[in-house]
Amino acid sequence: MGESIVVTSGKGGVGKSTTSANIGTALALIGKKVCLIDTDIGLRNLDVLMGLENRIVYDIVDVIEETCRVDQALIRDKRCEELYLLPAAQTKDKSAITSNQLRRLIADLRDQFDYILIDCPAGIESGFQHAIAGADKAVVVTTPEHTAVRDADRVIGLLEKERIATPKLVINRFRKQLVKDGGILDVEEVVSILSVDLLGVIPDDEHVIRSGNAGEPVVWNSASLAGKAYRNVARRIMGEMVPLLVQEKEQNMLVKMKKWLGFA
Amino acid sequence: MAKVVKPSVLIKGTKDGLLFFLDDSLPFSIVLNELKHKLLHENASHIWNGPDMRVQIKLGKRQITRSEEQDLREVFSARKNLHIHTLESDGIPYLLDSPRKMEMLTGTVRSGQVLSHQGDLLLLGDVNPGGCVQSTGNIFILGALRGLAHAGSDGDESVIIAASIFRPTQLRIHNIISRPPDEWKESENHMRFAYIVKEQIAVDKMNHLSHIRPEMEWKEIGRKFG
Ligand SMILES: Nc1ncnc2c1ncn2[C@@H]1O[C@H](COP(=O)(O)OP(=O)(O)OP(=O)(O)O)[C@@H](O)[C@H]1O
Ligand SMILES: [Mg+2]
Repeated sequence: MGESIVVTSGKGGVGKSTTSANIGTALALIGKKVCLIDTDIGLRNLDVLMGLENRIVYDIVDVIEETCRVDQALIRDKRCEELYLLPAAQTKDKSAITSNQLRRLIADLRDQFDYILIDCPAGIESGFQHAIAGADKAVVVTTPEHTAVRDADRVIGLLEKERIATPKLVINRFRKQLVKDGGILDVEEVVSILSVDLLGVIPDDEHVIRSGNAGEPVVWNSASLAGKAYRNVARRIMGEMVPLLVQEKEQNMLVKMKKWLGFA
Repeated sequence: MAKVVKPSVLIKGTKDGLLFFLDDSLPFSIVLNELKHKLLHENASHIWNGPDMRVQIKLGKRQITRSEEQDLREVFSARKNLHIHTLESDGIPYLLDSPRKMEMLTGTVRSGQVLSHQGDLLLLGDVNPGGCVQSTGNIFILGALRGLAHAGSDGDESVIIAASIFRPTQLRIHNIISRPPDEWKESENHMRFAYIVKEQIAVDKMNHLSHIRPEMEWKEIGRKFG
C-alpha cells in the first residue's frame, strides 16, 4: 500500500511544484514507484517542470469525469521507468473536482505506487481542500521570509485540523549570506516558529530555474547543491537519517536527526 | 447601663502558635476594629513584640471577600512577628468569591487560529504571528507570544498578560489596545508581563510584578531554628 503525501505552502510561488517534481524524481531514482498528481487545475505547471507537456492527452478531470481510465491519463516520465505524472486540466477550474472524487482516485492509485505526491495549488480555498483530502501526510514548503512562514503556519494549523499526520517542513530558497545580514530568517527561527520537524533546507540555486525551464528536475544535476538537498529530502522521507546540509559543504550539521526517522 | 459585651475576638495560645477566633455574629468591620485595637494598642506592644509566631484565623460560619481578606491581612501586617498561616471558615471556603480557577492548555496557536477562554489561562506552547489568545482573566504563556493576546476581555482591568518570550504583535487588556514599539531590542527578548496603569498598557520585567501586584506576592513564613 502506497503512501500519499501532499506538498503545500499557503503562499504561492515558494516552490511547491519544484519540490514535488524533485522529491518525486529522487524517490524514483532510489527505485520507488512514484505517481505525481498535479491538482493545480487551471494553472498546471508540473508537466512543464518534468518536460512532459507535449505528451498530455488526458488529464485528472478526464479521469474523474470518467472520460478515460486512470492508466490512460498517467504519463510515464521520459527518463525514469517508475515515475508517472497525472497532469492537471488547463482549461477547467478548481470546481471541476471534489474532495471525495480525489480521495477515491488516490485510493485507487495506492495499490500501484509506493508514493503518491500531490502538488497543491497556492491558497487555502477549495483547491487546497481538495488536494489535502486524500493525503496521509504533508510536506509544507516555505521560504525563509515572514510572509511565507506566516502562511505556512496557517496551513499547518489547517492540516492539523484535518488530522493529517504532523506536517514536515522544507525550507526553500535559503541563502546563508542573507541570514548573516538579517535579510531573511535563519533555519532555527523558522523551525522554532512553526514547531514541526524539518525535512530539509534547499538552497537558492540558479540551477533550479534553469532546470525548470529545461523540463529536467534539478536532482538529475549532480553539480547542483539544490539537487543534492532534494535527494537528501527523499532519503529522509524514506526514513533514512541524513545530516542536514545547509548551503556550503562545510556546514553539515545535525538537527533533530532522530525525529526524521518518524516520517517513513 | 452598658450590656456586658462578649469580645468579638478571642485569642488562644497553642503549641503551634496563636488561634484567633473572630465572632461571626457581628459585622466584620466591628470585628476588625476590635482586632486592630488588640493588636495595635500601645499597652499591647509588649505582648506582640515577641518571637515569630504562626497565626491561625478562624472565621466561624462567616465567609469574607477578597478585599476583606486584604484588610484583615493589613491589620496583622502591623505586627511583624505574626505570620498568618491559615485562614478558615467552618466547613466552607473562607472566600465568598470562589478563588480564580486557572486552566492549563497545551499546543501552538497558529496563524488564523483563535483560542478563546473564560477565566485564567496557562498556555504551555506558542502563540504565533497571526494567532490570537483571548481570555476573560489573566493570560500566562509558557512559550513564545508572537501574536495577539487579549486579557480581561469582559472588562477586568486588573489582569496581566505574561509570556516567557514576549514578542507580541499586539496586546489588549480590557478595551485598551497597544502595540510594541517599532524597535524591539533583542535584549528585551525575555520573560515579561503587561498590565494596565493609568489607562495605558505597560510592559515590565517579571520580577517587578510583585511591586505592582503586592497582594499576589507569596510570603515566607518566618521560622526560628534552635
Ligand atoms: N531553490 C530554488 N532556487 C531558485 N529558484 C527556485 C527555487 N525553488 C523554486 N524556484 C523558482 O521559484 C519559482 C516558483 O517555483 P514553483 O513553481 O515550484 O512554486 P509553486 O509554489 O509551485 O508556485 P505556485 O504557487 O504558483 O504553484 C520558479 O521560477 C522556480 O524556478
Ligand atoms: Mg505550483
